[in-house]
Amino acid sequence: MKQAKIIVVVLAFAALALFPLIAGKYGIDLVTKIMVFAVFALSLELLVGGSGLVCFGQAAFLGLGAYAAVRLSPQDASPSVLWLLPACVLAAALYALLVGALSLRTKGVYFIMVTLAFSQMAYYVAHDTPLGGGTDGIYMTTKPVLGALLDLDQPLTLYLFTLACLIAVFAFLALLLRSRFGRALAGIRVNEQRMRATGFSTYGYKLAAFVISGGIAGLAGFLFAVKDGFVNPELISWHVSGNVLIMIILGGIGHLRGAVIGAFAFALLQELFKSETLFGDFAKHWQLGLGLTIIASVALLPRGLVGVPQQLADRLLARAKPDPATDSEEPVDE
Amino acid sequence: MSEADVLLRAKEITRVCGGLIALNRVSLALERHSVHAVIGPNGAGKSTLINILSGELSPSSGQIELLGQDVTAWSQPRRARSGLGRSYQRNTIYPSFSVLENCRLAAQMRLPKPWAFWQDAQHCKFSTQVALEVAQRAGLAKLLERSAGLLSHGQKRQLEVAMCLATGPEVLLLDEPLAGMGAEETERMLTLLAELKKDHAILLVEHDMDAVFRIADCITVMVNGVVIASGSPAFVRASAVVRVAYLGELSDAQ
Amino acid sequence: MDLTTFLIQCLNSLQYGLLLFLVASGLTLIFGIMGVINLAHGSFYMIGAYMAYALAPLVGTTFGGGFFATLLVGLVLAVLLGYLLEWAFFSFLYQREHLQQVLMTYGLILVFEELRSLLVGDDVHGVAPPDILAGTLPLGEMMTYPVYRLFISAVCLLLALGMYLVFTRTRLGMMIRAGSTNREMVQSLGIDIKFLYRVVFAAGVAVAVFAGMVAAPVSSVYPGMGNTVLIICFVVVVIGGIGSIRGALLASLLIGVVDTFGKVLLPQASGVLIYVLMALILLWRPDGLFKAG
Repeated sequence: MKQAKIIVVVLAFAALALFPLIAGKYGIDLVTKIMVFAVFALSLELLVGGSGLVCFGQAAFLGLGAYAAVRLSPQDASPSVLWLLPACVLAAALYALLVGALSLRTKGVYFIMVTLAFSQMAYYVAHDTPLGGGTDGIYMTTKPVLGALLDLDQPLTLYLFTLACLIAVFAFLALLLRSRFGRALAGIRVNEQRMRATGFSTYGYKLAAFVISGGIAGLAGFLFAVKDGFVNPELISWHVSGNVLIMIILGGIGHLRGAVIGAFAFALLQELFKSETLFGDFAKHWQLGLGLTIIASVALLPRGLVGVPQQLADRLLARAKPDPATDSEEPVDE
Repeated sequence: MSEADVLLRAKEITRVCGGLIALNRVSLALERHSVHAVIGPNGAGKSTLINILSGELSPSSGQIELLGQDVTAWSQPRRARSGLGRSYQRNTIYPSFSVLENCRLAAQMRLPKPWAFWQDAQHCKFSTQVALEVAQRAGLAKLLERSAGLLSHGQKRQLEVAMCLATGPEVLLLDEPLAGMGAEETERMLTLLAELKKDHAILLVEHDMDAVFRIADCITVMVNGVVIASGSPAFVRASAVVRVAYLGELSDAQ
Repeated sequence: MDLTTFLIQCLNSLQYGLLLFLVASGLTLIFGIMGVINLAHGSFYMIGAYMAYALAPLVGTTFGGGFFATLLVGLVLAVLLGYLLEWAFFSFLYQREHLQQVLMTYGLILVFEELRSLLVGDDVHGVAPPDILAGTLPLGEMMTYPVYRLFISAVCLLLALGMYLVFTRTRLGMMIRAGSTNREMVQSLGIDIKFLYRVVFAAGVAVAVFAGMVAAPVSSVYPGMGNTVLIICFVVVVIGGIGSIRGALLASLLIGVVDTFGKVLLPQASGVLIYVLMALILLWRPDGLFKAG
């Protein structure tokens, strides 16, 4: 079973690598954007699925990475990816350290509300202060390069670079979640009290996860800024934080591929509802369709898209065997 | 009773919460190679006492010494790392993990190496080895791969104790390990406790009086947050104060 | 800052704080008693403001009434809306995890926003206060203060007092407080807990809608107003402590002061100040200033 999953993932990434061969300019641009959001969604999956921390302020770290990319890029010469990318990741990770250190003192619903509030704080800094450049946003005049090898101003190069980042983040998180650190996070998610009674300093583990997650979101921000060449405060709006939560729940929490699938599904849903060919004039009210879809998918697909095959299988099994509950060896859902 | 044998000492623990005195100057000492039982009616403060000893709650006044050190200000994880293990009255096992993983995760605490993110935890020799030993000791060797949520109640309580042991503690605080168990399961648990007694100091909070009098070397009786008697089982059984306050039915049945 | 300006800012702080309290009290109550975190709570405030704008001409032509009649009609509609919403949607959220509640109510915000867009459009509107309240009171020698703002503070205070009396002096209040701590016990006493929850929810909605209606003449009516107020309500609840009405009142007034004086003294940083306040209080008390009760 596990081999099959790995093969599917590898095939999917291979398909993404080959996609530019058949896609036009619009397709490459769209899929690049989706892959950036997939990286963003993966960062949140580490927190929500991996550690049980529902963060409603992930947009702040995306925004910080993006704003850092623009602010740190010199006006005249193309900066090198080798220092700019890590700098953006670091900037986002530092803000995550600050926010995490304070927010992780709270639990449950408080944590959700506090992370949202800190994200709003970042929004106001971007919106009202000269540091952020105000509502108009700021432009990136030069795009980063890697010597003569990579010029991220080229769409195809950026596409492949983004794909490489996505694969790297996916692989890193896969390793992290099965490592001792990741297992400790899983224990904290299931029963933090028990972990503390065992001797784990859970605050430290959660803070580390929060910072790593923030850094990855910062990477997504860097890619976002490079792709659009432009950032504005709306990148830090809570709608962005809400959307990325929807992505991971749509895809399926508890699975890394759920984050990627969710990013694709969400982007496609948005394109669908915004499509004027399908909805004509009503397309400007696309948020209505999106809102209803969100409600329906949370209510009807508790395990997300990743869980659909299992949900169907359970349904079929329930019909075949009238009472499967007693002797079932199915693992208990958390 | 030499000082070196006292592994955990509570001195005059008092806890006041909202106007209520939950614990009033409670003192006790846990010695190596012994089971010290704490009994008392509901509301006596037994759970509060364990929570204070383990570090989940802070006392309003009093001191706690673990292995000779003053740990009153220490957090729960810190005490756990220093040799204090505790099990809970309600199961706190991880239901979605296998029995082996439950024990392994607890054992991991001894060698956490969180930075080694490239290493697969399941292949961690140290924690897996300890987990196997501990599961064996708790009688769960045949159930390693089973999902913990599917165990019988008695097996879950055994797992609870196994996880406690995985961290290599010297002192064990066991909160009603026999809760909800049938006769056969109780026997198994008591055998396990008798074996554990050889290397550890055990504090046992229990309601099962037969079990308590069988296995305890020392019994402390609490009523309404106050220790009303403390001593050997024979002493407690003979104590008029205790009889009046708590053991009424038992003395009639003798 | 001279004395009169100081006094004006104090009155503004009070008015803003009390208005915030009305909205936040609904949020903290619904969470404290039913355990539901409702992101769409700010939308009720927005609905109230748009109601004040849209209903006024209707009420004028149908009943011949003015501002106060509109308030009454709006209140009745709000209670109905709350009742229906609880029955049709929110009652399904009680047993769900917080993440699911967050997302489902987030979807609800989107639905409300678009429904409003379809029904009333996206324009910004002003609502005029009624004539009797449209005047100003003299303050000191040179300044004046709008009567309507004093009216807002007075009305909010009255409502707050009313809520306090209902909670502490009536049977309904006692049942609500009991229901929040021990659901099964209340049910076994023969009290219909479903009905109780519905009443609490409808009351929470009604109060938020009422706040929006009453605030419309001073804050104007615009599409994003619900979201802005929601996030500030979150800050109120975090600072005050979830489920605590006392905490919500204290936190709202605190935020009223910090925000109002902040805008005057440090205009550049004004947006950030309340979050800094929240951060400082979290350092000191991670569970908020008061526990529920």
